[in-house]
Amino acid sequence: MSVSPQHDVVVVGGGPAGLAAAVCAAESGAHTLLIDNNARLGGQIWRAGLDESREDEFAKWQQRVQSAGVSILAGVQVVDHPGPGVLLGENAHGPQVIHYGRLVLATGARERFLPFPGWTLPNVVGVGGLQALVKTGLPIRGKRVAIAGAGPLLLAVADHLRKQGADVVLIAEQTSWDTLATFAIGLLRSPGKLKQAFAIKKGLAGVPYRTSCWPIGARGADAVRQVDFHGLFGRFTVDCDYLACGFHLVPNTELAHLIGCEKLGNFIAVDALQQTSVKNVYCAGEPTGIGGLEAALYEGQIAGFCAAQNEPKARELFPERQRHRAFTARVERTFSLRPELRQLCTDDTIVCRCEDVNFARLRSESNWRSAKLLTRCGMGPCQGRICGPITEYLFDWHHESVRPPVFPSTVETMATEIEQAKES
Amino acid sequence: MPNTYDIAIIGAGIVGAACAAECAAEGLNVVVIERDCVGGGATAAGMGHIVVMDDSEAQFALTHYSQNLWRELRAELPPEVEYQDTGTIWVAADEEEMREVHRKHEYYAQRGVPTEILDAAALAEAEPNLRPGLAGGLLVPEDGVLYPPAAAKFLLRDSHSIELLIGRSVTQLKPGELRLNDGTKVVAGSIVNASGALSPELTPGLAVVRRKGHLVITDRYPGYVRHQLVELDYLKSAHSLTADTVAFNVQPRQTGQLLIGSSRQYGAEHSSIDRQIVTAMIRRACEYIQGLGKLQAIRTWTGFRAATPDKLPIIGPAIGPEGVYIATGHEGLGITTSLATAKLLIDQIVERESAIPIAPYLPGRFATEHTHA
Amino acid sequence: MPDMIHLLIDGEPCSVPRGTSIAAAIMISGKPVLRHSVAGEPRGPVCGMGICFECRVTVNGVPHIRSCMTTCEPGIEIRTT
Repeated sequence: MSVSPQHDVVVVGGGPAGLAAAVCAAESGAHTLLIDNNARLGGQIWRAGLDESREDEFAKWQQRVQSAGVSILAGVQVVDHPGPGVLLGENAHGPQVIHYGRLVLATGARERFLPFPGWTLPNVVGVGGLQALVKTGLPIRGKRVAIAGAGPLLLAVADHLRKQGADVVLIAEQTSWDTLATFAIGLLRSPGKLKQAFAIKKGLAGVPYRTSCWPIGARGADAVRQVDFHGLFGRFTVDCDYLACGFHLVPNTELAHLIGCEKLGNFIAVDALQQTSVKNVYCAGEPTGIGGLEAALYEGQIAGFCAAQNEPKARELFPERQRHRAFTARVERTFSLRPELRQLCTDDTIVCRCEDVNFARLRSESNWRSAKLLTRCGMGPCQGRICGPITEYLFDWHHESVRPPVFPSTVETMATEIEQAKES
Repeated sequence: MPNTYDIAIIGAGIVGAACAAECAAEGLNVVVIERDCVGGGATAAGMGHIVVMDDSEAQFALTHYSQNLWRELRAELPPEVEYQDTGTIWVAADEEEMREVHRKHEYYAQRGVPTEILDAAALAEAEPNLRPGLAGGLLVPEDGVLYPPAAAKFLLRDSHSIELLIGRSVTQLKPGELRLNDGTKVVAGSIVNASGALSPELTPGLAVVRRKGHLVITDRYPGYVRHQLVELDYLKSAHSLTADTVAFNVQPRQTGQLLIGSSRQYGAEHSSIDRQIVTAMIRRACEYIQGLGKLQAIRTWTGFRAATPDKLPIIGPAIGPEGVYIATGHEGLGITTSLATAKLLIDQIVERESAIPIAPYLPGRFATEHTHA
Repeated sequence: MPDMIHLLIDGEPCSVPRGTSIAAAIMISGKPVLRHSVAGEPRGPVCGMGICFECRVTVNGVPHIRSCMTTCEPGIEIRTT
């Protein structure tokens, strides 16, 4: 077991929001620790590739992290919050006890998957999921990839994969053309984003891009070979080696929930200073609202400054944060999921992948709790992270309370004795 | 026009469900009122161990009778109930505990329960992941395990005779009549309070207190443990009337997951995880099972057992009000003794003799008048 | 020429560039199926970020290793299930 000396500010999550928070806290003079469950920092959007190349923006933040003297605990998964001021994590060596004065939760988001016949076949992966696999060594050159689902991620990943030599055979966005057009016009307000969008569009010239289009069946023996889609002009089939399919993002709020932070809908409620309802606990980035990179960076900076008691610097960034939050709201409205996506399952479509619980068995239950007890849906290692958003969308079920471990951990980590930090 | 039934049962946990099934089998018209979901209380939280116990003659009689009923029912149970004949091994850490093993073996032999004494070598062969240096154990091959919420649901399957009112609670209990929180009036010839740890709410004065327990479940490790493994000290833990205790008790589930228990606390009111208790419980289990600490833990949870002063359940007519029965107080043996409880209960309702003496379980043994809400 | 790592996948030798995840290595070796679900269905990685647990394999005898989150080390023995 390892016990870290108390840090003034501890940041959980090494993606854009967490990096920004750690930098601003440390540059304000706070003794700062940044924890991430991956061996390399960057979160999802700035995940390291095999060739070591990194986005320029990430490199700048990483440089500042080093110059500011932020301590890093990489490869550590936070599994519990045993009491005020203490986190319990674990890595390959064992439990890690981390004491903090103020905590910034920058735990990011994960993809939402929705079930349809054949969605559990190998090589049916997430959109961000395929991106991550490619960045960690999956060769994609010459492979036929169909990309489907909802959200800006589809285009961003399609662009990236194409640059890696993938044959992107289709991009199927469930959102309708006119909703997207409204969104695109709205981008005129954000020149930076518009530039990004044009660059992506250029990179994807020649790739069929269909709106009001979604997958209705993946077929193959040991892996997907063909995918059937529903489009504006009827059904059609596409041959592919990979189907990358994800329906926008879901915030990772489990740790915040365990700590007792109040929620606003599915997100963590924060005030202007990015403070949660729990004293000394801040939250920044996707868990407060799915807003993408810039919103995360501004929220992270503000949270970092405030956690380091440097409010004046934080206030300077309020206008920028406000601008980017407006974008967040537009993204959410634009890519909201269509009701047809609730009708894709047949009786034997698997809904809970961990426990192989199919649609028919869940359909006859009336709420998450009784479904969980009687079918074991949500009782697997994903702890409901995959099937929770699915059942929420399909049946309007709401997840109940969170208990430790907030992520699977070893049995011995659950038996770690914690000495409470002295009151600061 | 109020709804009228022969029997109204409060609580759709394993005990209420078993009572409903038995009443329905008797040809009676049953309603079961449950404030949460079927099998959602201690039934969901517990281990589902079908075990004979010898803490007292009365406890043995009830657990043995009930275990036989489960074994008879076994063939009808659907796959989701996950009934398995894992057997139990009572593990002896030293020679003193081996003497207790011999005593139990004698006790069960005299009463027709097959058991086998395992020496250190036999124990190691039966359970290779137990740490070396243990003295031996007692194998009880007819003990089993099942998944309780699914069993409760199965017991309530006779929708012709059993009506389920889910998500409603009882606000008033009078002889022959119940009022529910939505204003519904339920009229029943007999009323059964089978609401477990909550039962004193409806029967003030009932000698039932809450005893909190914790469990941890791991990911799947098929074959890591083959039997339900319990330390002999478990009985000491269950015995204590005041202290918080932990004892080694680990179950292999059909899924290959390990269920790690057990703990008992008095006076703990919140259902949140007590990390110190979980720590002590895990450390105790790690003293018996090698490598347990390195396995992946997926979830922890708590539940509240209904405990009585003499460690026996309360089965029979409430003192005072006509036609009101009590079926609760099963502590850690609710799953095992649910079927026998139901038999003893229906016997008393229709006034016939039971297969075992009922006096040890009667509400009257505590000699306190029961009032009702 | 990238620095290559040699390892075993289900007893077969395989070489991948240093830094490759175990999940990618298994897929490179031509196996889309990393494990089977509780009902015996073939499964592969999905989320790529360690959350779905569909990519679990046994590494050097230790089960339930999330292969998408684990980088290949020289000489490791991977078993799909």
